[in-house]
Amino acid sequence: MTLIDLANPTKFLSLTARILPWLAGATAILLLIGLYQAAMAPDDYQQGATVKIMFIHVPNAWLSMFVWGVMSLAALGTLVWRHPLADVAAKAAAPIGAAFTFLALVTGSLWGRPMWGTYWQWDARLTSVLILFLMYLGLIALWRAVDDPSRAARAAAILTLVGALNLPIIKFSVDWWNTLHQPASVLRMGGSTLDRAFLIPLLVMAVGFSLLFVTLHLAAMRNEILRRRVRSLQIMQASQQAA
Amino acid sequence: MTALAALIRRDIRIALRVGGGALIGVLFFLTVTVLMPFALGPDLALLTRLGPSILWLGALLASLLTLDRLFTSDHEDGSLDLIVMGRTPLELACAAKALAHWLAAGLPLIIATPVLGLMLNLDATATSAVALTLLVGTPALTFIGMIGAALAVTLHRGGLLLAVLVLPLSIPVLIFGVAASQAAISGPLPFGTPFSILCAISLVSFVIGPFAAAASLRHGLD
Repeated sequence: MTLIDLANPTKFLSLTARILPWLAGATAILLLIGLYQAAMAPDDYQQGATVKIMFIHVPNAWLSMFVWGVMSLAALGTLVWRHPLADVAAKAAAPIGAAFTFLALVTGSLWGRPMWGTYWQWDARLTSVLILFLMYLGLIALWRAVDDPSRAARAAAILTLVGALNLPIIKFSVDWWNTLHQPASVLRMGGSTLDRAFLIPLLVMAVGFSLLFVTLHLAAMRNEILRRRVRSLQIMQASQQAA
Repeated sequence: MTALAALIRRDIRIALRVGGGALIGVLFFLTVTVLMPFALGPDLALLTRLGPSILWLGALLASLLTLDRLFTSDHEDGSLDLIVMGRTPLELACAAKALAHWLAAGLPLIIATPVLGLMLNLDATATSAVALTLLVGTPALTFIGMIGAALAVTLHRGGLLLAVLVLPLSIPVLIFGVAASQAAISGPLPFGTPFSILCAISLVSFVIGPFAAAASLRHGLD
């Protein structure tokens, strides 16, 4: 089973129909374990119980960037390999990525209120995530502006790749512009600064949320394929009636 | 080479003649700048402090406004298809079109800057700093915006969609353009640091812009 075999939507549908229940189950178990561990984690000596927002906030923030990476790969699939499912994958990922980015913003804002004393700060990390969110919305707007899916797919693929090239530049400029958020503390040179009691639930939650993304993405891809079939059936019916 | 020069000459000529609309951008720039004191109040000290940001915002919006014309009129009369099918590499043709567009619509903004700076009570240093950063930064806006223009023309959608797609990508240019102007006026940073980053962003956009626009035209027109 290679990537090429999945080019046949029917094969893809039957394969995902077998995989999806297992994936959904694994996601639910991991998220339950992660939430339990997060609830049992000790309070931070400075932040108190609010530190538990981190277990939701950080996985969402990771995924907000990861999903753009997935869409960039799908964009290459559309432009370079012309894989028939690549544009389905790209289209299905965009709203999910926007949702994760939105959740990262909301949880960050709720965490910022007790910690920084304000819901919103024009701080570098918050601002660059907000710009990422705007770019997701622009991409979704582009998908929705065109009725021909393959034409929209190529335009969206180019925009996704340009965005992938530009996002580091935007991130760097916004960092340069203003910074207040703490620097990265989980993945960095010289080991994590996060205590083990927080790190393990965080990693479990991160894996759980990633599986949640895969589950939702595959389900959305199935929906998109079925939606396209319905659409082409409707067009066929309409043209038969016209003739 | 002569083909590209001819393309540039043609585009500038069309833009400057009746129906070209390149100079509407300058008029828009002027109007936006005149609106600012109504919104902020006629306090000259405040306008001096905000002047560089106002000019940068105005120039950004004005160059966005004229982007629509980069490909649409050529698409309507069919010459865009000839350019796409022609022997000149499409990437180079796109770069030439963007250059012509900047000469016709971007350069007048920079020429207008000293006059507008006077109205915002900017001194000579501040005005020249803003003009210099605009001179380096607006080509980046044109080349980044060209990607959006190419996408919009292949989708037969212009206007707001173009703005929504292009504006987030132009944030770095705005940040470093304003930062360099402020550095020249009040410090404490040396002018050179943000200015060279602005130059770097422009150079990167010269590479990304034509390739992405050409890819979009090639994949999108059929």
